[in-house]
Amino acid sequence: MLRKEIRDIIAESRGRGWVLEPEAKRVLTVSGIDVPNSTWAKSLEKAIRFTAKIGYPVAAKVVSPQVLHKSDVGGVVLGIDSDDKLSETFNRFSTFQGFAGMLVEEMVAGAELIIGAKVDYQFGPIIVLGIGGTGVEIYKDTTLRMAPLKESDVASMLKGLKAHQLLEGYRGSESVNLERLNTTMLAFSRLVMRLEDYFESIDLNPVMCSSERCVVADARIMLK
Amino acid sequence: MNLRKLFRPKTVAVIGVSLNNDRHPANVVFNKNQLRYPVKVFPVNPRGGILQGETVYKNISEIPEKVDLAVIAVRAEQVPDVVSECIDAQVGGAAVISGGFAETGREDLQDRLVAIAKEGEFPFVGPNCLGIYTPSHVDTFFIPSERMVRPDSGSVAVVSQSGGILVDQIVKFAEQSIGLSVAVSIGNKALIKELDLLNFLVGDPETTVLAFYIEGFGRNEGREFVLAASESSKPVIVLKAGKSPDGRRAVSSHTASLAGDYAVFSEVLAQHGIVEAKNESEMLSFCESLSCYKGSIEGKVGIVTGSGGHGALSVDVCSNHKLHVPHLTEQAQKQIREKLSASIQAIASVGNPIDLTGSAVDDDFVAAADQLSSIPEIDCIIVLLLPYLPGITSDLGARLSQISRRAGKPLVAYVPHVERYRMLIEGFELNRVPVSPSIEGAVLMAEAMRRCQPC
Repeated sequence: MLRKEIRDIIAESRGRGWVLEPEAKRVLTVSGIDVPNSTWAKSLEKAIRFTAKIGYPVAAKVVSPQVLHKSDVGGVVLGIDSDDKLSETFNRFSTFQGFAGMLVEEMVAGAELIIGAKVDYQFGPIIVLGIGGTGVEIYKDTTLRMAPLKESDVASMLKGLKAHQLLEGYRGSESVNLERLNTTMLAFSRLVMRLEDYFESIDLNPVMCSSERCVVADARIMLK
Repeated sequence: MNLRKLFRPKTVAVIGVSLNNDRHPANVVFNKNQLRYPVKVFPVNPRGGILQGETVYKNISEIPEKVDLAVIAVRAEQVPDVVSECIDAQVGGAAVISGGFAETGREDLQDRLVAIAKEGEFPFVGPNCLGIYTPSHVDTFFIPSERMVRPDSGSVAVVSQSGGILVDQIVKFAEQSIGLSVAVSIGNKALIKELDLLNFLVGDPETTVLAFYIEGFGRNEGREFVLAASESSKPVIVLKAGKSPDGRRAVSSHTASLAGDYAVFSEVLAQHGIVEAKNESEMLSFCESLSCYKGSIEGKVGIVTGSGGHGALSVDVCSNHKLHVPHLTEQAQKQIREKLSASIQAIASVGNPIDLTGSAVDDDFVAAADQLSSIPEIDCIIVLLLPYLPGITSDLGARLSQISRRAGKPLVAYVPHVERYRMLIEGFELNRVPVSPSIEGAVLMAEAMRRCQPC
């Protein structure tokens, strides 16, 4: 059963065909998936108050129903380290068509993964795990399973990646937190099964996985 | 719906025989079953009359016996009525050979047919198909007998959306002495689909391996199929047509672009322990291997050969798949070497591949295979036999088979398939050890056992 909060977000987003990033992250949060500490600032004051609380650096992203691919249009700024830069970014974003605020987030680090889902015509909900980031379609290092995932699926999916050694600690580098990754994947799988009738595809990309956390830095939910 | 009568009928009606055209598909089906198979066949045509001295019944209801299987080869428009009559006459089921349904845009006619059959709980395969072939039992393929190459009765069932591919596979089964339990062409699969046949064949005592040629599934049908297959105690092999990437979708999502239709198909099969054959030759090797051995292996291969080149080529093929050819321990090598004939002890390589050289005799192959079968680092043995070596006799096939049987470790063989070596080949085959006409095929037989488990 979908929680009312998620149902409401989907109902509100349907006309647009996709879910705004702050709302997509809300969907993830209530499903038990880690996202960066953030605020959806509709005013500069709110953005500054938030950074005063969590400290710099932060990431800022434009929120607009008319901007689906944010980084393609300069709608993502990473590593903002002062009020000046924050305000400059806010002012620039406010000129974007359909400007509906700025998402200000703590910066997160780690190996960049993609966790995705789609509803396949022949097999229903499918879950993808792969090397993420902007190069995702260049590396094409992914593995997939029919959902729902079993506990043992995540480990075998990782093994199926060419780069799995990089994630499990290669030549002295730290391993990503496999337990967190497992929890994230299983929580995502449960969400996907509940959302089956509503979505077409979901990209969580990148998911930043470190030895401590697996945090979804960007999320896109495309609706039916 | 009980499908058993479709595959092992005692009485068959062929509906739509022609009274003046002996080459009509229905006549071909009538003739071959009447002449060659242990079923009672009744020809049906509304005009009645006599065909080859047999009464032609005007209607299925006039046949004096209860009919198990109706082969329907009338014009598409008449099929729904004929099926209704079959239901009234309590026929067991049908193969609808006739075309002219969804494949030509007549979805309406096909829907009507399905509705009638569902209402009457009447199983049928097709339309637009060749139907059913059960060796030594019944054959609804409208291919004249003299044109068919028939495999022996055996334990592999083949289900195909395409009739042409099915016949091709059957011919190759015969060529490689792979036994067939049933073959069924399901054409438009309007009512009976892959899933229904999977469920039936899993319970069919004559079948131990299920092979499917699939072009595509309907909505969510793939999900049901893999879930059922993963519960099956019998290996399921699938050959998928249409593997090229699907370029239709807009790339609004990385996931959709990375998880194209075929990528999903292939990985989901592997997830559920279904063995995907990438092409026809893999299909054959997999069918042969899995009909001989139950259970899966990790894929730690020991290779025995009389030629270094054969060993090297087979290692290459192993590494193209996920098979390992582990180097044997000093201890194991020593044990193997001690068992070899004095004349080759100094010249054989025993590291794996074990190259016994062209001077080896039967006893050397037997000794090497015997030693490998007791080494835990090895879970499958591939023997590459060169029957033209002077020390090798026709007895070797049967002798090696006995070792595999005794040790319970799967052994597969490569022997060039020419008539002169037939006795050697049969020494393997008759003892249910798979033998391939190519080195690659032998490796694929091992690969089949490795793939036969969920990933």
